Amino acid sequence: MALLEVTGLSAGYGAVDVLREVSFSVEQGGITAILGANGAGKTTLLRAVCGMLRRRGSIRFDGRHIGKDATEDIARLGIAHVPDGRGTFLDLTTEENLRIGAYVRRDRDAVAQDMERMFGYFPRLRERRRQQAGTLSGGEQQMLAVSRALMLRPRLLLLDEPSFGLAPLVVRDIFRILRAINAEQGVGVLLVEQNAGLALDLADAAYVLETGKVVMSGTAGTVRSDEAVRRAYLGY
Amino acid sequence: MEAFLHQVFSGLATGGIYASLALALVMIYQSTNHINFAQGEMAMFSTYLAWSMIDAGMPYWWAFLLTVSISFVAGVAIERIIIRPVENAPVLSVVTVFVALLVIFNSVAGWIFTYTIKTFPSPFPEQPLFGNRYVSSHELGSIGITLLVLLALYLFFRFTPLGLAMRAAAQNPLSSRLAGIRVGWMLALGWGLAAAVGAVAGMLVAPIVYLEPNMMSGVLLYAFAAALVGGIDNPFGAVVGGFLVGVLENLVGAYVIGTELKLTVALVLIVGVLLFKPAGMFGRVFVSRV
Repeated sequence: MALLEVTGLSAGYGAVDVLREVSFSVEQGGITAILGANGAGKTTLLRAVCGMLRRRGSIRFDGRHIGKDATEDIARLGIAHVPDGRGTFLDLTTEENLRIGAYVRRDRDAVAQDMERMFGYFPRLRERRRQQAGTLSGGEQQMLAVSRALMLRPRLLLLDEPSFGLAPLVVRDIFRILRAINAEQGVGVLLVEQNAGLALDLADAAYVLETGKVVMSGTAGTVRSDEAVRRAYLGY
Repeated sequence: MEAFLHQVFSGLATGGIYASLALALVMIYQSTNHINFAQGEMAMFSTYLAWSMIDAGMPYWWAFLLTVSISFVAGVAIERIIIRPVENAPVLSVVTVFVALLVIFNSVAGWIFTYTIKTFPSPFPEQPLFGNRYVSSHELGSIGITLLVLLALYLFFRFTPLGLAMRAAAQNPLSSRLAGIRVGWMLALGWGLAAAVGAVAGMLVAPIVYLEPNMMSGVLLYAFAAALVGGIDNPFGAVVGGFLVGVLENLVGAYVIGTELKLTVALVLIVGVLLFKPAGMFGRVFVSRV
């Protein structure tokens, strides 16, 4: 059974539907990428899964229906979301941001260990530990956002354009760590990206979204070798 | 010199009370961007509760603790029942609700307890403490309790997971919900804390201004001034502003314009800050691209 199984999902803002009857899934320990241009509905899709906006359709997480649950309850089930714009708590310190990520956990010792682990992944964050998160650079804030999400010990990680606006070296770091976390702990990943090449390298399944509809799907390999996808999103 | 020092100390004592109430205002402002105009009347009502208990024979400190606890619960209930339905309403609707709360508390207090002015006991002895000549024991005690309350709040917000979650919820509600924080309850807790702090302020100021349904109107005005001087979004600023306004009010009243015009100081401060430095001493300056 898939970790996340979404069927016939429609969602939008106000009276307008941005997503229309979208279906996709993330396997246990799998990485699914959602590709698409600006305005295709990628961010809306992640927000709909987390109950941040009006949605219809079936969303099942580990067999459980979460299509009507509140955002905070969905987070408590083990779905962490690295949102569009990174969602940094600007006035809190780096360390406090990480502690917020682990807010719902009660296993204090393990939380302390996880924090050390994050500092191991991203040594820059350790250096900035007591610094206000608002003073961090864009790349550091993205590392912080990923770490904050991981502090929840999620079973499913939603990532909204983690490469957006970052230097190639930072992007490489973040993707290397995502791969490691997926492989070592079996955390499922739902990745939304404009950078299709990067996303397809990481993912095992991919969906292409155009104006709110899935126009193509398959294994990462199939999608990559598709002529239209190659021209439109990979640019060669 | 002696008279001057006396003015300064009594200014610090009332300043501490302004600081507490200003802090209550800032706590709610930070998470909702609204000024709770009913904060003063809620404190007044709490003080009446304490008076009833003491009048019925309860020892002062028991009545004090019980009043603070009841006020906390009442604050949470007010947020859940009255404020929550207008959470996403336009700002004028919310202001109307706050003003309605103010009027309701004021008239219900008048209706139950009458408008007759009552004396409210001070828990501190009549004679000045430590044989000093500058400051009465109620003033010294008020300063002490205020500082204790401020310290407790600081420790709570700085070092406990719940305090951290409340700060997070005030700063970035969306991101907080993604971390599993129940933002609605954090707001309610904030209201509870503000009501509890207000109750302390009310009980400390009542022996000075006497107990009656309108006793907080002047105090609330000073608290507004304090919050604005310090920066409406900064708790530390509110506290500094409170003590500053208390001392300034006393000195200007004693040496410049006379006690009858003291309240003008608050109004001049409010208008002055809004005109010349809207962010206050420690507030954040908001810059936006248009």
